[in-house]
This record gives sequence, C-alpha cells and structure tokens, in this order.
Amino acid sequence: MGEYKRPTTAIEFEQNFAQKKPLMNDTEAYYESSRCLYCYDAPCVQACPTGIDIPLFIKQINTKNTVGAAKTIFDSNWLGNACGKICPTGVLCEGACVYNHQDVPPLQIGRLQNYATDKAIAEKRNLFHAGSDNGKKIAMVGAGPASIAAACELRTLGYAVDIFEAKDKPTGLTVYGIAPYKITNEEVLNELAFLQDQLGFVIHYNHPITSTKDLEENYDAIFLGVGLGPTAELNLKGEDKQGVVGAVEFIEELRMQHHKISVPDKVIVIGGGNTAMDAASESARMGANETILAYRRDKSDMGAYDFEYELAVGSGVTSLFNVQPLEIMGNGKANGVKFIKTVTENGRLRTVEGSEFIVACDMVIKATGQAKLADFLRDIDGLELDSKKRIIVNTANYQTTNPKYFAGGDAVNGGAEVVNAAYHGKMAAKGIHEWITDNG
Amino acid sequence: MPDLSINFAGIKSPNPFWLASAPPTNSGYQVMKAFDAGWGGAVWKTLGIPVINVSSRYGSINYRDTRMAGFNNIELITDRPLADNLKEIEEVKKFFPNHAVIASLMVESKAEWQQIIKDVENAGADGIELNFGCPHGMCERGMGSAVGQEPEVLQTIVEWVMEAANIPVITKLSPNISHITDPGLAAARGKTDAISLINTIKSIVGIDLDTYAPYPVVDGKGTNGGYCGPAVKPIALHMLKDLAQHPEIKHIPLSGIGGIETWRDVVEFILLGAESVQVCTAAMHYGFGIVREMEAGLVQFMNDKGYETIYDFKGKALPNVTEWKHLNLKHKVVANINKDKCIGCDLCYIACDDAAHQAIKLDKSDGNRIPEIIDENCVGCNLCALVCPVEECITMEKRDDGKSSVTWEERTLAGSIPTTFDDDLAGGKHHFVPSVEDALKHRK
Repeated sequence: MGEYKRPTTAIEFEQNFAQKKPLMNDTEAYYESSRCLYCYDAPCVQACPTGIDIPLFIKQINTKNTVGAAKTIFDSNWLGNACGKICPTGVLCEGACVYNHQDVPPLQIGRLQNYATDKAIAEKRNLFHAGSDNGKKIAMVGAGPASIAAACELRTLGYAVDIFEAKDKPTGLTVYGIAPYKITNEEVLNELAFLQDQLGFVIHYNHPITSTKDLEENYDAIFLGVGLGPTAELNLKGEDKQGVVGAVEFIEELRMQHHKISVPDKVIVIGGGNTAMDAASESARMGANETILAYRRDKSDMGAYDFEYELAVGSGVTSLFNVQPLEIMGNGKANGVKFIKTVTENGRLRTVEGSEFIVACDMVIKATGQAKLADFLRDIDGLELDSKKRIIVNTANYQTTNPKYFAGGDAVNGGAEVVNAAYHGKMAAKGIHEWITDNG
Repeated sequence: MPDLSINFAGIKSPNPFWLASAPPTNSGYQVMKAFDAGWGGAVWKTLGIPVINVSSRYGSINYRDTRMAGFNNIELITDRPLADNLKEIEEVKKFFPNHAVIASLMVESKAEWQQIIKDVENAGADGIELNFGCPHGMCERGMGSAVGQEPEVLQTIVEWVMEAANIPVITKLSPNISHITDPGLAAARGKTDAISLINTIKSIVGIDLDTYAPYPVVDGKGTNGGYCGPAVKPIALHMLKDLAQHPEIKHIPLSGIGGIETWRDVVEFILLGAESVQVCTAAMHYGFGIVREMEAGLVQFMNDKGYETIYDFKGKALPNVTEWKHLNLKHKVVANINKDKCIGCDLCYIACDDAAHQAIKLDKSDGNRIPEIIDENCVGCNLCALVCPVEECITMEKRDDGKSSVTWEERTLAGSIPTTFDDDLAGGKHHFVPSVEDALKHRK
C-alpha cells in the first residue's frame, strides 16, 4: 500500500508535495543568519557554480538589509530564487559549509537565499534596470534558465533581447521539469515576472524555431538555450505500448495538470539518475500503491544524489538493482516489464543468462535520459557538436564554433542543474558583449 | 554544601545574590517572588520625591542572535507612593526576616534625607543604599549622577546620612567619571559603611533610521539613558578592582553591579573583591529564575575549589591585577593550531594577516584550508584563538623557560629601557613584515 493517498484536490496535492525547503519567517532567518562564521574565502562561495557571495548576503540578512541580500544574490545568479529552492545545496554550498567538519548542521543557505529573494520579489523591489539602448539585438532560442540569465545580463548592457520559446511558459525545465515539492509553478513564474518587469526582455511564446536563418539576418548574435529533447528511446520491444511514458513528459504533465492527472496502482520507473528519483517520488506521491525503481547496475553506481534516492525511498518507493529491461509486456497496454538480471565483472556489465523474470505493472516511466536536438543543431553552419551531441563552446565566453552563436545550459553540458545553466547564460552574455564590442 | 551566607557591613543575607535597585524591585509583590525564587537580598527601587515617568523607557543592543547584550533605560526612581512602598517593605520583612531588604534612596535636602532614613528604618529595612548614580532625568534636577560626579557634594550627603542612620549605609557610585576612586574616597571620608558599583553608564543605544531619534523613542525624541547588561561587565570589573585595591577604600565592603548574569560573572566579581552582587538586566531578561543557574554554578565552583564561604575566595584575583609596568617582558606564548580540530573557516588567517601580525600562512594548493602559524612572526597576541569558532582548536603555548623575568619598571630602574626599535618581539628584529606591494597580491 502506498504511503500517499491519491490527491484529488489542489490542497491534497499540496500536502503530498509539501515543499522540502519551506520559506523561513523573519525570526528563523534572523537566528539562522546569526550562525554564519563569515569564513575567509568561504568554501560555500567556491562550491556555488555562480559564485554568489554567500557570507555577505547572510550578513545582510542578519543586519536586516534583506533587499541588499537579494541584490547580492541576483548580482551573481539571475535565477537566485529558483536556485535557492531547487539547487542540490547539500552537495554544493551547504555541503561545503565548514560547520560540517565540526558535526554541526551547516547553514541553511538555500532557505536563507530564498528568504531574501522571495521578499524582494513579493515587494516588487526595483534592483536592476536596463542599460541605455545600444542598438544591438540578440535572439535566443528557448526560454530556459540559460537564456533568461543571458537575457537579463544583456539587457543591463543595453541590448534588445528576443527569446523564442516553443512552449507557452518560460523558464524551461525550471517550470516543466522540477519535482513539485522543490518549487511551485507560481514561485518560478513570479521570479521571471520580477526580472522581466525590471529588464524588459521579450519572450515570444508558442514560437518554435525550426531554422535560424532568419535570426542570423535580423540579430547581431544568437544564443542557443535549447536544452534537450524528449526522453530518448530505449529501443525495447513493446516500448510503444500505451502506459509507457518518458519521465520528462510525465513530470511536465504533473507540473501542468497537478492533481488532475492520475497515476495507476503499480508503476515501474526505469533509470538511476536524479530524474528517475523525481519521477519515482512523484508517482508515489500521486498515490500509486507501488512504485518500483529499476536500475541496471548496483545502487552505488546510480547517478542520482544520495539525498534524492533517500527522498524517493522515503516516499515509499522500492528498488530493483542489477536488472535490465528486455521487453514491455501487455496487449496494447503495458501490464508488466520483462527484466534480466545483470552482474558487473571487471567493470563490465553483463546479463545473466536464463535469469529473466516479469514484474507486473500498469505504467512504465522511462527515466533514461533525454535525446539531443542534434538534427536542429546540425542545420546551423559551422556549429560543432561533441561525440555526445553536445554543443562545443569555449568555456571562457560560451561562444560556439560558429562565432555568431553562443550557447549554454543542458545543450552544452548534456543535462545538469538550473544553477549551471544560469551561470552559462551570464557568462555567455558577457561573451556576446565582448565579441560584439570587439567586432564593432 | 558550602555556606553562601554573607554579613555585608552588618547586613545579613542567606546568599550574595541581590536584586539591584531597579524595575524588578518596584513592589513588595516582586521582591517576595524573588526571595521565593532564591534571591538573598533586594535593593528596593529608589524611594524619593514624586516623579512622573514617560512611556517607552528601555532600549537594547542585540548582538547577532543575542538579545539585550546591552540594555539602556530612561526610567526614573519609583513613581509609586512612598507610603505604599514602606508598607510593602514591612510586609516583606515579616515573610522573610532573614533576607536582606535594602532601601535605595534619593532626595535633595538634608532634612529630606534624614526624614526618609527614619521612614525606611521604621519600615524594617536592613540597610540603605544612596543612589548617586542615576545618569538620566534625576541628574537634571541635581540628584543621582549629578551627586556621584561631585565628590565634595557626595561626601556631604554621606555625612548627613551617617548622622541620622542607625542601619548600614551603602553608597552607590556612578561610573560616569574619570576615576572611580574620586567618589570612592569621598564616600569613604564621609564614613559610608559600604560601597556598591557601578550604576548605569550614560548612553545612547541606537538611532531609529526612519525617525532619526534615539532609542527608546518618546514621541519622536529621545534622551541619553543608563547603560547596563552584559556589555558593561568589563567596565564594572575594572572599577571594582580600583576600589578594592585602594589603600583607603579596600577595607570597605563592596557590592558588585554591572552585567552579572551567570555564576561565572558572580565568581569574577567576588574574586575582584565584591562581597555581594547585584543583578538587574538578567532578571529583566529571564525573570527571577535565572538565580538558579548562578547559585548552582557558585556552589559547584566552591565545592570544586574547596571553599566553605564566600570570604574564602573574596578578592583572590586582586594580587594578580597589576600595572602594565609590572608585567614580565620575558613571558612568551605562541599560537598553535590543532589541525585535527580545524574546520577551515580561516578566520584566524585573515584576522592575523589583515589585523594583527601576519603570523599565519595559508597554503591553498590542493584545496587546503588549514592555516599554519609562522612562529617567528607570532607575538602571542591571542587574536587567532579569540576568533576561532572551535573550542580548544587554537591554543597559546608557552615558549619561555619560565626562569627569567624582567619588567619595564625593573628595566627603567636599571637604566636599560630601549632607545631604538630593536625589540625581540613584534616590530623589531625577527619579525617579517610583508612588503607594501604584497598587499596587492590578493587582488581578485
């Protein structure tokens, strides 16, 4: 029996997906911020992909300069509010906090970050303004975190920015792909509105770009923040059966439909990464009686963070390790997965002959990675991809091998955190500015 | 169980914990509650001439997550009728005949002083405390600290009081002077039975950044208040020591006041010569129950050290408080960092490099964050050990052989005081000071 009752109302949904990092109140923020040691060359800053001056913003919270704290955060990371909530802080800033070496709980940096940024957003504080128009125009493909960060940065420098987004909402996976217990849609969209109100970049929704030829003619530079494509095919027999979905698509539907979607009784999630953990957790929280995580290698080989796995287990998810799916069973509709056991010998995975078995289920969620948008990217002249079909960039300025194109986010790193995309976007914006300035 | 009782200039008290004359001793109700909670004595909120108080009376300093690290008030002496207070003193003494009830007094003329002394004696008070310290409001009318700042006036009033009083008299001094021994000597010459100190320090605890008025704000304006609470303890300890060491004062029983909150504070005041301690802010912050921690800690300390009475260790630190010129110039300590305990906050490194003697290096290769002491540059200033957030991680280790000693005074007498900057310690021969250009190496 599952640990969660099926949510049938918005309130029940919120209960099942209670925020893992709830907002701090003033008192908690005051006391928590008092604990910061203000380390020299602080390890938390070094661990932050965007290098936020964490001791400074914590001190600002403690001295009740909360707006100043928000400014410090946004100065380094345009998605400071979202990142406070969804960053894997336990392995980044909070994991680096020196208190860990003393067996004292680390500063709750993520929650403090949210405390400051949420206040600034709620109070509609004007922290930034667009630079005076320099007559240059930048196009961006995809309105994910990398593009948003790049757009904000470029607007402060006086560039006009047009973002073309295929879907009808901004921020990409931040709103479509993050587990709902990490951040709500409202929070994501509020931050975007906060930035857009001050900086005025334009997002063209429902505007998929199939060719960048027009953009090349009309814009001075183009930023590719295209992210990744749909869940990759596993090429399994029966994969096309009803009830077989990709994790990214499953999470997107969940985030958009909330309690209005229903998850059947028994769900198998295939994969061992963070997205698999999210999908499994979410299936359990949607009231599935049984959610089984199936991973082809050992537990210790999983790509997921330990805390994400613990979170899934804590939601009532059970696991099958060292199993490889062979076939989706069922007559038109999935009713089970045939697995074969695996062993790892000398680092090589092999299947165990004759160990096939079938696990019954009503739904299969494939969390085995997203396909790359290679076809679209290959159409761009001179744009090179690496062997894993990721866009090759110069990490000093995020310029691609076609100098007019810059890129960042999942399309460059193959899929990482929002904070990494935010950093890429900021750096790419600086790169674009330098390139345009140098090239007249 | 050690004996905590004291006989303070003839005032008997079951323990040295007294409430200072302040809001917590404003009524018989409060004093009875306090005695019931474990306090041995109470100095009643100052009785005197009629006053009116303002609304909005206290302000405080919060330090990080610590509330009321410093506290300030602009409240005057009691605004309750004298007759009510006298009646309540009488009632308290009936319930608690063995506890100390001391009446704090503040009036102007000789006749007023001598009359009010009779009143409190008749009510059964065990002693009198003369409030010569209040630094706000009352001083504008020539009382309180206005008296404490004029030794001659102070001595005159003490003489008036001593003429009339049949019960012990404690003179309470103001710290708002250059040398506490000046009013201390005046009190001694006026033949006071005892001295208590310190009263509050003239202060402004802060300014409201929207109204530009000092705290506590009274309808858009404010005035200086009297500062007290944990922040003032070091000033109180120093002034207590000055009196306790003074040849013409040291025979007079002293009651220590100023930021006392814990048993450690209590022991420190006693070690510097106090016989009783008076507490206000801690009671205003935590209620009368705070005395339990003071008593338990004091008993534990006395058991650990084998002391049977307060008098066994009263003033025991006084011989060790001396003048700078008597300190041993041969004494040498050097900081030591316990690498197993270090958590890598590097506060010691930056404190030493920016603000002390550049005696700590930090080799950041391979992500190392454990700093190292540069022995030759370490002057043993203690700063690193003070900023270190880990208990016992940085310790100051003795490096001299303990055999030789020389003081500035001895060198002066021997005619060997330096005429050039060639000191063996900092700034002198062996100390390495990075170049001016090195300062810019840290630019990011």
